[in-house]
Amino acid sequence: MTVEAQKLATAGAVGAGTATMVKDAFLAALLTFGLCFPVVLFHAESDNDGNLYLIPRPLLVAIMCGLVFVGRLSVSLYQARPKVDRPTVVAAPKPASLRYLNRYISLVGLVFLFAFPIVTLWWLGPAGSLKWINNYGVQILIYVMLGWGLNIVVGLAGLLDLGYVAFYAVGAYSYALLATTFGLSFWICLPLAGILSAFWGIILGFPVLRLRGDYLAIVTLAFGEIIRMILINWVPVTGGYAGIASIPKVTFFGIPFADAPGGFADTFGLEYSPIHRTIFLFYLILCLALLTNFVTMRLRRLPIGRAWEALREDEIACRSLGINTRNTKLTAFALGALFGGFAGSFFSVRQGFVSPESFTFIESATILAIVVLGGMGSQIGVALAAVVMIGGTEILREMEWTKQIFGAEFDPAQYRMLIFGMGMVIMMVLRPRGLVSTREPSIFLKEKKAVSGDLVKEGHG
Amino acid sequence: MRWQTNPLLTVEHLSMRFGGLVAVNDLSFQAGRGDITALIGPNGAGKTTVFNCVTGFYKPTEGRLALAREGVAAQADIEALTRAPSRSVKTQSGELFLLERMPGHEIAWRAKVARTFQNIRLFQGMTVLENLLVAHHNPLMLASGFTVLGVLGAPSYRAREAEAIERAKYWLDKIGLIDRADDPAGELPYGAQRRLEIARAMCTDPILLCLDEPAAGLNPRESADLNTLLNAIRDTHNTSILLIEHDMSVVMQISDHIVVLDYGIKISDGTPKEVRDDPKVIAAYLGVADEEVESVEAEIGA
Repeated sequence: MTVEAQKLATAGAVGAGTATMVKDAFLAALLTFGLCFPVVLFHAESDNDGNLYLIPRPLLVAIMCGLVFVGRLSVSLYQARPKVDRPTVVAAPKPASLRYLNRYISLVGLVFLFAFPIVTLWWLGPAGSLKWINNYGVQILIYVMLGWGLNIVVGLAGLLDLGYVAFYAVGAYSYALLATTFGLSFWICLPLAGILSAFWGIILGFPVLRLRGDYLAIVTLAFGEIIRMILINWVPVTGGYAGIASIPKVTFFGIPFADAPGGFADTFGLEYSPIHRTIFLFYLILCLALLTNFVTMRLRRLPIGRAWEALREDEIACRSLGINTRNTKLTAFALGALFGGFAGSFFSVRQGFVSPESFTFIESATILAIVVLGGMGSQIGVALAAVVMIGGTEILREMEWTKQIFGAEFDPAQYRMLIFGMGMVIMMVLRPRGLVSTREPSIFLKEKKAVSGDLVKEGHG
Repeated sequence: MRWQTNPLLTVEHLSMRFGGLVAVNDLSFQAGRGDITALIGPNGAGKTTVFNCVTGFYKPTEGRLALAREGVAAQADIEALTRAPSRSVKTQSGELFLLERMPGHEIAWRAKVARTFQNIRLFQGMTVLENLLVAHHNPLMLASGFTVLGVLGAPSYRAREAEAIERAKYWLDKIGLIDRADDPAGELPYGAQRRLEIARAMCTDPILLCLDEPAAGLNPRESADLNTLLNAIRDTHNTSILLIEHDMSVVMQISDHIVVLDYGIKISDGTPKEVRDDPKVIAAYLGVADEEVESVEAEIGA
């Protein structure tokens, strides 16, 4: 066959293909019409007397059918595009310098985080920097810490926990109750709140850790709701929906952040500004988050961390090697809960007010989404995902210019979940194992090679 | 016969029922210390069920599984332990365990029985070296002071970990995977995965190693290597082996003692030669009634 003939044949095939595509798109439009016919075409409306009117909306139906037609056709055309033979790129082995770059990035990130409040303060002044340090800095770091805490349970041990917010709530209420009832200071309450959360983790863990996979997820979900129900209904202790107010605010190791003699500003000879407290809170949560990270990184290299990961890979093999799987799961649960409790206690000292509304299922889902989006088991990935998810929400709130396009009543933050949902779907198509999908081995003999995410299991509870 | 004079594992009247199905029915056999004992039989004979009972993955419906870690256990000691509520007892001849009373992880850690699986169960997303270190979990856990000393980076833990790595290196050398120590286990070829699973089990320092079809899927060369490895394990590591195998070239060459199961019942028990000539075994493998064996044999020219 000559080249000309070949071209002709291809053109013919394309022509025939286009006809099928149009037919296909037409069928899709027809189906849409069938679906829309009663539901969209007739809009029922009642007047003040309760009479029902049917308002026909043919234009809307036509637009919908047209959109489906065009959409379907463009999808088919995209799929049938001539394929270019791309040479398969063989991934070059990572040079050693890149690995140093990785470490370099963490170091730069750390320096950036420590310098962040000071730089913003110097740049934007006390009033302008408050938003950046509080809404972005502190808020994101809380979720980084929660993500890292949950990462122990979900990412390392492979136990799907949908009720992580329960431990956050236990931590928050522990501090609130201990501080308001017994007047204990934050530094005493912080470990107590963590221990209480870990204790609840163990209490939950004992009965449910025989369950696996979906069943475990459902029970943890229920546990999260039970804790919230208790907070709502145990009014004499928790104050029910009203929550607990006037929780003692954070102090600088005993020196209150107050505009009074003996306050922080007075003691250090500064001009009083509420930003001092915010900056202190920023460094506090930064240290707590780094503690979580440090402990997790250390534990990964210890037998307990290896046992968690082995448990995620194959529970039966673990038992055959003499690992007590129940205790190993419990430690993962308790440790995740401990850090959740720390974060909760920080939450209540920051807000000065706790109520059950802060601990709904959507919080658990957000934290889990951060872990999954970041790449299960990856510390850096989880931190990046928290920046994207929580920072993204804050940025949406700031998008005033959208009001000029969509009208004054438009609130972009309302579309948060829609955007995240779409983002999740796109992520799962493009990078199903999260932002950082490789696993770093905990020990090596000669050379550290990252393990491809395709080999690493997600765990089955 | 060593399995009669110096038994490591004594299985008595073992029965395992799943609802109405009797997988193992009143099975008794002994595995000698320092022997390679093979458990053979047609598909569905209940061999893996016996393994699961021995290694604590199933709790037997009936029966006693006594394991004497060192020396010959006196029958009186076994009887006394059976009547007592405890799982193990220290006798003059060494520690004695009743495996049917212990959960799987205790059997591996206390009674020192290790196993491999019919469908390889490696930690695929972890490196070869990590796989072997997980097998050192319990001693390392103790050395790390249940993680407390480990988090603080105590030197005693570091020393113990270095020892575990040395041990892992020894085994990697032995199975020829030292150059792939930092590769994920899931990337290894099939034969290497089988060897790694055996090495991982050996890293728990077992006195009894239970291998579930170690030669399945291996080519003749790899099977021959496996024979050498198993003989080395028995001769130099004070480890007795209990294996399930369908590959008769492996079974007949390396076993000291063969137990044949069919439909959950023991039909033959003895040296390889005895078993090979047992008409019941031939009948079970060829699938005819006992009376017809001779005629079938004549037919196929055996």
